[in-house]
Order: sequence, then structure tokens, then C-alpha cells
Amino acid sequence: MTHPEPETTPVLALEGVSKSFGAVRALRGVSLRLHAGEAHALAGENGAGKSTLIKTLAGVHRPDTGTVLLDGRPVEFHGPGDARDAGVAVIYQEPTLFPDLSVAENIFVGRQPRRSLGRVDHKAVREAAAELFRRLGVDLDPEQPARGLSIADQQLVEIAKALSFDARVLIMDEPTAALTGSEVARLFGVVKSLREQGAAVLFISHRLEEIFALCQRVTTLRDGAWIASEPLDGLTEDDLVRRMVGRDLDELYPKQDAEIGEVALSVRRLTREGVFTDVSFEVRRGEIVGLAGLVGAGRSEVARAVFGVDRRDAGEVVVDGKPLRGGAPSLAMAAGIALVPEDRRAQGLVMDMSIERNIGLTGFAATTKGGLMSRGAERSRALDWAVRLQVKYARLADVVGTLSGGNQQKVVLAKWLATAPGVLIVDEPTRGIDVGTKAEVHRLLSRLASEGVAVLMISSDLPEILGMADRVLVMHEGRLTAEIPRSEATEESVMAAATGRVRRAA
Amino acid sequence: MTVTADTPQQIAADEPTASRRFLDRVLKLRALAVLAVLLVMLAATQIYNSEFLSQQGVKDLLLNATILVLVAVGQAMVVITRNVDLSVGSVLGISAFAAGTYLHGGGNPLLAVLIAVGLGVLFGLLNGLLVSLGQVPALVVTLGTLYIIRGIDSIWVGSRQITANDLPASFVDFGHDGLSVIPYLALLTLAVLVAAGYYLRSYRGGRDLYALGSSPEAARLAGVPVRKRILTAYVVCGALAGLAGALYLARFGNVDSGTGNGYELTVVSAVVVGGVAFTGGSGTVYGAALGALLLTSINSVLPSIGVSSVWVLAIDGVLLLLAIAVDRIVALRVAGVLRKRAAQMRSAHHA
Repeated sequence: MTHPEPETTPVLALEGVSKSFGAVRALRGVSLRLHAGEAHALAGENGAGKSTLIKTLAGVHRPDTGTVLLDGRPVEFHGPGDARDAGVAVIYQEPTLFPDLSVAENIFVGRQPRRSLGRVDHKAVREAAAELFRRLGVDLDPEQPARGLSIADQQLVEIAKALSFDARVLIMDEPTAALTGSEVARLFGVVKSLREQGAAVLFISHRLEEIFALCQRVTTLRDGAWIASEPLDGLTEDDLVRRMVGRDLDELYPKQDAEIGEVALSVRRLTREGVFTDVSFEVRRGEIVGLAGLVGAGRSEVARAVFGVDRRDAGEVVVDGKPLRGGAPSLAMAAGIALVPEDRRAQGLVMDMSIERNIGLTGFAATTKGGLMSRGAERSRALDWAVRLQVKYARLADVVGTLSGGNQQKVVLAKWLATAPGVLIVDEPTRGIDVGTKAEVHRLLSRLASEGVAVLMISSDLPEILGMADRVLVMHEGRLTAEIPRSEATEESVMAAATGRVRRAA
Repeated sequence: MTVTADTPQQIAADEPTASRRFLDRVLKLRALAVLAVLLVMLAATQIYNSEFLSQQGVKDLLLNATILVLVAVGQAMVVITRNVDLSVGSVLGISAFAAGTYLHGGGNPLLAVLIAVGLGVLFGLLNGLLVSLGQVPALVVTLGTLYIIRGIDSIWVGSRQITANDLPASFVDFGHDGLSVIPYLALLTLAVLVAAGYYLRSYRGGRDLYALGSSPEAARLAGVPVRKRILTAYVVCGALAGLAGALYLARFGNVDSGTGNGYELTVVSAVVVGGVAFTGGSGTVYGAALGALLLTSINSVLPSIGVSSVWVLAIDGVLLLLAIAVDRIVALRVAGVLRKRAAQMRSAHHA
């Protein structure tokens, strides 16, 4: 093998670490060794324990049993500050920024360069942030407030934050989920040079090709248990998937042929000033229409405006031949539209509420009689859908915040499917969820279409778009630049339209 | 309102940093708007009643404001961390009486002030520990300590009261005199204000308070010593409430078991009117101080123009709602500008 396990002492390691939350055993005797100058991938489905492992390394969680070793010596991190001081930088999956502070301050919070008398050197903070953005090749104003940044930009700020101290260990939990191809390439370049300078890297991604592109070694977890640690050389993607799920996967993108019916959703010349302009399209019953484009092209914003979350400045939306007034999600729901939003934690779920309550949120009309809600009706409605979508949970009364990402996504889907929508808009339906659940979601969307639902699927995952969609709409900078039938849709044709290299009116 | 005078179109036409400058301007304007309202009000009153801004008039305005400003500065630091301290009125009352009792027994004025501050620190520590360790909403915790401290005060003080006759002349004079029209109390308050403002702006600890209020979860992950910072904010707030108690004693010379009753709500109003967001993470102590100055000035203005002071509370309430409404409108406007700005930057970038 070209990459034997180095003989040196690992910079950071876990030995036999277990961690439980109540009855859930998130980690069971897991070991992991991060060596200087090596990029190590952590693979596993959602709920396999990856996030818990990272938080243990980052000092957020303390292991129940087992030890964290720093340079071969056992350490106890009493909080994220301790881990940071030991040189461990973490980029979390969900950006955690301070909306009121400037981007520069976000990067340096608690570590601002100081001048005499311990005063914060605001100028140095600003310049250091600008320098980091130059290194990452991104165009962000250090003094702009973090409020209102897109998820991609927030992620870039997180990355800048992690790079801002010369980390000995860089941990990245799905850093690329929201980034464009060129940003990913740039990030990988920076990570590679950090690694060559002797940093240890731990990398998590659901995009297997990224794991192979960046890493030398991989550790696989399944259901909280350690499965394997091995060099990536000689492994194939299929091998890795088999280790992650413990079985071979069915075909990933199983769009069945469905009978295409009449137009269910018609959007005409929809415009929201400064966000998107003159967007027109139709979605028919039984059809899955993919909406592709780069992050920030305005796709989610179109969905939000159609559903009435955001107001529209011009244009109209027609559902089943009847015009829909804008600015009111309740009207959109009554007309039979459902929107599964992009950010399930912030927009799709009430994280502190139980599974049944979350699913029940869309069903007050169905579960209320004479002004009183029936808890029993709410429960059976939730149970029905949780079972149909195979949500993994202990009790329906469990708080959704404790579920894994894939199961959370199923709860969001259940919440909306329970309204029996005629038009289903899904925004990044499989972002950040594992391969197994992803296939389930794809099967579900395909079945819905064959039952006559009109599906509009926004996705940044090109294979997903190409595999699932009957037609692909492509947006670029707030405009629809292409409409490509399934037969002509290829990575090249979609990307050309998404990057604005082709200007073809839809 | 002057706040929304700039049209987004003009702003959007500027250079790439326009959104930032617009924001800066808005944030500064927020305090400036309060200042403008204050100045207009004072000027109008002066025109109506030329006695209003006499030497004594100005002195009274400043004297009336100092105590509220002092407590508002402390409160602002707590509110910036997305918490609140409702016990400040009780702390002010009990520290004033403690200092008064000590002076009544022939104590040293400087030591009396230290006693008041020390008592405030103690109660601030109590509040801070309960809030940071107990993970209980600050509103509830400090409502509890409000009653507890007031209760202790009532039991201890009973029907006694301290009057100016019980106090050394030097202490009472300190409460009234000053450098020409500027009372010593106002100078002291100004010093505290500037120190607090400088700390919040230029020290890591101060920046952490904003971070904490902006996103507690992110602060924890960023390794901000959350408990320590919250504790600090409460201790400072308590200390300033204690100091305000001592100054109250010097200024009014009259303290009983009801002193400072209901003061917490005036303080919170002042802070919010001054642009410190109740959701944490934004606002300045200068804004809070201006808010306090505005509220206390209304008290002086109304009698000067012959309006019954029964209107004061209603007017305070209207100001509060107005301030919140303006904040909301500005926030929506800013979001709109940022949105358009981002869209333009994007197209400019790709062009």
C-alpha cells in the first residue's frame, strides 16, 4: 500500500470513545487517529455518529468512556475554548455566526489582535479578515454584517475562521454542501497547502468523489460503531458505500415513467426586485421539473415567492387554472402547494417540538373539530406518515432536534405530504443526508409524481437533477436561462446554462 | 423620521462598500435620531418658556438625568447579552438606604459610596450566578430577585427614613454642586459612560458581550467564556445600580423603603428608546444614555409648558412604541438594501 499508517504519534486521537445521550448510544468504542500532514475522511450515513465524534474532538462533548489523546497524551477538553487553544479548528455543518457582528469580527471573536492596554485593534482585525478572503479568493466585505449572508457566504466565513488560526488539526463537517465548484476547488487548494505544512485534516462529506479527491485515509462509522480505518488507495466508491450502509444500494435515481397530465402550476413573469426577474415556467401533473443553478442564482427565492413566503413585485402564479394571490403561504397551502424548504433546521422544523407536533403543524384544519384540536387525531395522522416514510424514532413524542439529519428531512416531508398537495416544491431535498435516505427520498418523489403530483425540485446536486427530472430549468443570476428536456440534459448543458455561458431564453 | 431619509436607490448606486456605510450611518443615526428629538424638544420648550434653559434649568436637567443614565448604562450591558436585570430598582433602593444609614452614624462619604457599590456588586453577582448557572430566563430570575431584595429592604427599613438632615453637609453638597452648570454627579456619570462605551467597543470582553447576545450558541462554539461574561455584565449592572443609589441619596437626601420602586421599567424603557435591541447583540451605551436623557427631560419639559405631569407616563409609553416601530422599519429597510446590494454585487462580479 502506498499510504501505510504512519509510525509517528498522532496529533489528535480518540481511543475507545463511547458517548450516549439518554438511551441513544451515539458512539460505541470508536478510535480514530489523525496524523500530521494527512487528510483523513470520516464516512458514514446520517446518524452514524459523525457529528458526535467531531464534537468530542472539538471539546463540545466529553466522552463517557475512552480518551482523547493530544500528541499521545490524554487530555480533557472542558469546552470548545480548550480545544481551540490546543490548535483544533472546526468548521461545523451548520454555520454558527453572529448576525449582528461584522464578518471580520465573526472570524476573530475572542481572538482579536490587540494593541496597547489590551485594546482590540479594529484595523488589524479588518485587514487580517481581508487577507484571509484574498487567500480563499472570495469577494466578501470584512465589514459587512453577517446578517443576510447566503449560506454559501456564511460557510466561507466559517472556513476563514478556521484558517485564521494556524490550526494543527482542521476538522471540516460538510464544508462544501453549499459551495460552488470553483469555491470547492479553492478550498481544497488551501486545505492541501495546510496539510503539506503539517496540519492534520479530518474531512466529512456526503460527496464521495470529494473524499477521494482530498483524503488519504478513511474511517467508516455505522450506527455509532467503528467499522474500518484504511487507506483510500485501492478502495472504490462502491466499497465505501458498502461499508457505510452494510449492504449494496439499489439504483440511486429511480424516476419511474409517469403519465404527464395537465398543467398544475403555472408561473408567469414572476419578479422580485433585486432577486430574480421575469421567471416563467409550468409544472404538469406527474412531472418532476428540476430547477438547477449555482447557489445564489435565485432558485429558493423563486420557490419562496411562489409559496407566498416572500412578496412578489410582479408576475402571477396560477394553480390548477386559478390565480393565487401572493404573500400568503396559507392561501398557497389552501390551493394545494407544499414547500419543503432548503434549511430544515431553521425553516422546516420547530426543533424543540416533538415529531407528532411538527407533523401536526400543517394539519390543524384536519384535526380540529368544533374549535378544539383532537390530540388523538394529530397523533394518528403523524403516526401514519412517520410509518409511511419510515422515519426512525423511539417515540413520536421525541423532540425532532434529537433525530439525525436524514430523519429530520423525512419529518419535514411527512409534514407536507400529510396535506396531500397537488404541487410539491422541494428545495435541496437531499442536502446533507446519507446515501440510503437519499435513495428513499428519490423513490418517494418518483412515486408521488406517478400518483399525479406536480413536483418542482430545486437541487444543487447535478446527478440528482439529471436522474430525477423530466425537464430541467436552469437559473443564472436571477433569470431563467434554459429549459432542457430530459433527453438533452447533461452535466455540460446544465452547467453551461448555470454559469451563464449560454444565454437561451426559456 | 430622519432615519429613513436616505433612499435605497441612492445608496445602491454607490461603491461596493455602500451597504456597510449605509448600515453604519443607520446605526449612528439611531442614536442621532434620539438626540435630534431631544434637542428639538428642548428648543421648542425654550421658545415657549424662556426660563427653561436658565443656568439652574440646565443643571436640573442634567441632575435629573444622571441617576437614570447610570443605571441605563449597566442595564444596556446586560440587555446587549440578550438578558435583562429587573432588580435594579430594588438594588438602588437598598444601597441608598445602606449608605444613608452608615452616614447617619457619622461615616465617611467616600466609604458610603463604596458600601452602596459593594452591595450592588453582591446583588449583581447573585443575579449573574442565577442566570448563567441556572439556565433560567433572566426575566424570571431577576423578577424574583426584585421582590426578594425589595422584601429584605422593607423588613430592614420598616417605616424609617433617611433625610438630608441625617447626612453630612459635604455629601449633600456633592449632590448639588458642580463645575459651573455641570453637576459633579453628571461628570461622574459621563466618566462611567465613556469607560463603559470604550470597554464595549475596544476590549475582547466587551465584544464578547455583543457576540453572546447575537447568538449564544455560536458564542459557546467560538469558545467565548459565556458564564464569565454574563456574570461580568450583571456585576457591572449591579455596581452601577448601587452607585446610582448612593448618588440618589446625595441628590435627594431622602430615602425610605419605597425608594426605586418601579424604577426598573423606566430604565428598560430608556435603554430600548436609546436603540439597544431587546433581542441582544446591538446598540450602544451612548444610545441608552441618550434614551435616559430624553425620558427624564420630558419630566422637566411638561411642567415648563404648563402640561400636567400626569401625561408623563403616557408620553413615555408612546416614545417606547415609536422607538420600537422605527427600529423595525429600519431593520426591514436595511434588509432590503442588503438584498439589492448583494444582487448588484453579484451581477457586477460576473459581468
